[in-house]
Order: sequence, then structure tokens, then C-alpha cells
Amino acid sequence: MNVKKRLLDAARMNRAIKRMAIEVVERNRGTEDVIIVGIRSRGVPIGERMVKEIEQMEGKSVAFGILDITLYRDDLTTIAPQPVVKPTKLPEPIDDKIVVLVDDVLYTGRTVRAALDALIDFGRPKAVQLAVLIDRGHRELPIHADVIGKTVPTDANEVIKVKLEETDGEDEVLIMEK
Amino acid sequence: MRAQTSALKSKDLLGIEGLTPDEIVLILDTAEGFKEVSERPVKKVPALRGQLIINLFMEPSTRTRVSFEIAEKRLSADTLNFAASGSAVEKGETLIDTAKNLMAMRPDMIVMRHKHPGAPKMLADRLPASIINAGDGAHEHPTQALLDAFTIRERLGRLAGVRVSIIGDIAHSRVVRSNIHLLTKMKAHVTVAGPPTLMPAEVERMGVRVVHSLDEALEGADVIMMLRIQIERQGKLSFPSLREYYNTFGLTPERLRRSKPEAIVMHPGPMNRGVEIASDVADNPERSVILGQVTNGVAVRMAVLYLLGGAHLE
Repeated sequence: MNVKKRLLDAARMNRAIKRMAIEVVERNRGTEDVIIVGIRSRGVPIGERMVKEIEQMEGKSVAFGILDITLYRDDLTTIAPQPVVKPTKLPEPIDDKIVVLVDDVLYTGRTVRAALDALIDFGRPKAVQLAVLIDRGHRELPIHADVIGKTVPTDANEVIKVKLEETDGEDEVLIMEK
Repeated sequence: MRAQTSALKSKDLLGIEGLTPDEIVLILDTAEGFKEVSERPVKKVPALRGQLIINLFMEPSTRTRVSFEIAEKRLSADTLNFAASGSAVEKGETLIDTAKNLMAMRPDMIVMRHKHPGAPKMLADRLPASIINAGDGAHEHPTQALLDAFTIRERLGRLAGVRVSIIGDIAHSRVVRSNIHLLTKMKAHVTVAGPPTLMPAEVERMGVRVVHSLDEALEGADVIMMLRIQIERQGKLSFPSLREYYNTFGLTPERLRRSKPEAIVMHPGPMNRGVEIASDVADNPERSVILGQVTNGVAVRMAVLYLLGGAHLE
């Protein structure tokens, strides 16, 4: 795969995440009852960074959780090898809370569908919102994001590669061609 | 150590002997993810939805069968229990015919216990379904060894270099055989002890140290694994009496005091209190991890079913 374009560098990515954090606080008029939940794997560091931004901004702590959606995937019986299962960690009961799901890329919407199913097994949140760093279109399910870092029109044969300091050693978003 | 592989090579789990260290680590890592599922308010995930698993138990078993059944249900699989008693087996049907008939119902996996070593392999070679060995004679009981390893790793943080002493009926135990394979593959040090009549010849060739007294086995051990004495074999026992066994090899509080203070006590169950283990030891909350083993058994079996239950690599 060759790199077609660099969508975001480290500075622009950080600004995008900061803005996403601000939007989450604005939408919910503060942080009361808000839990930020990162979807494994790259939603986790993005979610953690949003929490850090919100805490700096608001001066109070925000609950953070990690959701593993592997067991809720709709393609489990058709893909090999089986994807790696890791624990889900939620800091507190999600009943009557506002859960903000965080992921790196919103594409077909199937990951978010799985995340919603997984979340419901832990309780009944007051509301679930979705924050993504990149929305690349091509939805296959009726799902939309509430907070978006950057919207990018793409072709189906393109791949969005999100790299993060925590998982990949550097911050950047690339658009690649298959 | 984290797994470098993300798949099991075989469609079946027949024993530990055929697994690589990397595959063992993969199963244990995956089980960590599944342990959390059992702590949720809704203890069920849709991973194996629509898959049929047959539990084929041709030898009595309660805890292993129940543990598998819970694991299957928590993965949303459909399950069917098939026991030897009251079935066509009593009417003289051969194992192969039984299996072929079951196969005609299109199960995705068969969890199998049989009194003959190698019976699961015989089915695995002939059927497209994944076969999971839940104990075959004195051969192997792989999920027991995996849950023991999971428990050791959870408590001590590692397997490599851990000193494990296994005490009891070494000769007739499939649990021991699977445990020795697993622990030696993972670079743990294994010592076995028991009456000479229950010690198989040349067991040293499996890479273990043999001692003949309990005190020697306890010295320096990080893990003390007591085995069940099959008291139902009373009269055919390989030692004079249960009382004498308890006095010689039973784990009493006094003997436990001579071991390392942080050593953990394990038992695959069901326990004979007052034969191989004293009640005060079995119920000691600081030392005994016996009920933890049972809890971990479900997570480990979920991991095995999940890893074998998906699409297979060609």
C-alpha cells in the first residue's frame, strides 16, 4: 500500500482531539454523569487524551472506561484467525450515565453497532454519544457520529491509517491506496 | 510473555502435548479477556451464536461438564448433553457410529470425555467438527492443565521458573500428565511425589524430579498441587489404608507450615478431605486457591471454545 496523502500531523491531530473534548463538554453542558469510553484498540488512547483535555479545561476528573467489542463482531465466524479478546473495563455502573464512545475511524458503522450491543450488556445508559477522530463515510448501518475530528471523503479502495504515539510511536493520519 | 501467535494450528484440542508454548500463552491471554465476562451483570456474549456444541460424556463427570456447559452458554452457543448411560451406547453402538450419528446433526464442536486414551483423537481424525478432549483415560485433560496454569500465572505473575510440586496418584492421573507437559513447556520446574506404587516407571523422562516424601516435595515449592486419591477404588488401593496415606502424604496444617509462607495450594477436585488434604488447609483463604481454580476453569474453557470456534485457517 502506498501513502496517498497525510491527512493530519501531530499538531493538527492534537488540535482536533482538543476540539472534540470541547464539543463533548458543550453538548452535555459540563461533565456531570459523563463517562468517556474508548473502543479498543485506538479509541483508547484518543479517549484518554480527551479525558485529559476535559480535566484541564473543567478542573475536575472525568470517568474513563475501555470497551472490547471483539465478541460482538458480526463477522466472528467468517474471519480467521480469531481476533484477540481483551477485558472490558468500565469504572462504574453506566446506568443513567451519558456514555461517550470514542473510536479512531468511523467507516461502515459495524464496530459502533457491536459497541452499542456490548454496552447495553453492562446497563442502561441515559444516552450514548459517539466521538470519532475521522469520519470517512461509506456507512452500511444507520449510525452517525455526534463529535467528529475530521470528515474525509474517501473511495472504498482507500485505507485510513491512524497512528498514535501510544500504540504506533508517532501521531499522524494517512490515507493509503490498496 | 505475550503470545506471538493469534491462532491455534489444529481444529481440535486433544492434549497439551501437541501445543506450542506460544499457543498456550495465547489461550491464557484470551482467558484473561473472558474472565471479565463472568463478572458482568449480563454474563453472556454473542461470540458463538448459532453454533452447536455437543457435550459427549462417556464417563461420569460433574464439574468438568458443568464448567464446559457454563462456558458454552456464556458464549451463546447451543448445547446438547449426551451421556453414555441411557443412550444407544448401552445398546451396543460403537463410538464411531455414535459420533457419525451425532455428526449428522451438524455440530460445530464436540466436547468429549472417554475412559479410553486416544478416543478423542479417533473422532478428531474422522469428523469435521472440532473435538475438545475433556479427559481421556489416564492420557490427558488439557483444559484442567490450562486452568491450573492460568491460576498460577494469575497468583504468581509468571510460569517460567515457578517450582510446582504435584503430590499423589501420579500413575493414574491425566491431570498430572497434562500439567507436566504444560509446565515443562513453559519452563516451570516440576517435582512429583507419591507412594512408589503410584509412581509410573521412568516418569523422570518427562522432565520432572521425583521425590518420595511429602516434606521433600514441599521444600522450596511455590505451588503445591494435591491430587485426588480415588477412594472409590477402595480395596484395590495401592497403599495399605486411607489413614496411612493421610499420615504419609496428606497435606496437614503442620506440614504446610514447613513450606514457603507464600506457596499456594491447588487441587483439581473433587477433594477427599482427610485423605489427601486436611480441611484446615483446603479452606485456608491465604493459601488455598482451589475455588479460584473452578472460577478460572470457565474462563479458560470459554477461551478454548472461542479460539476453536471461529473460521479455521487453511
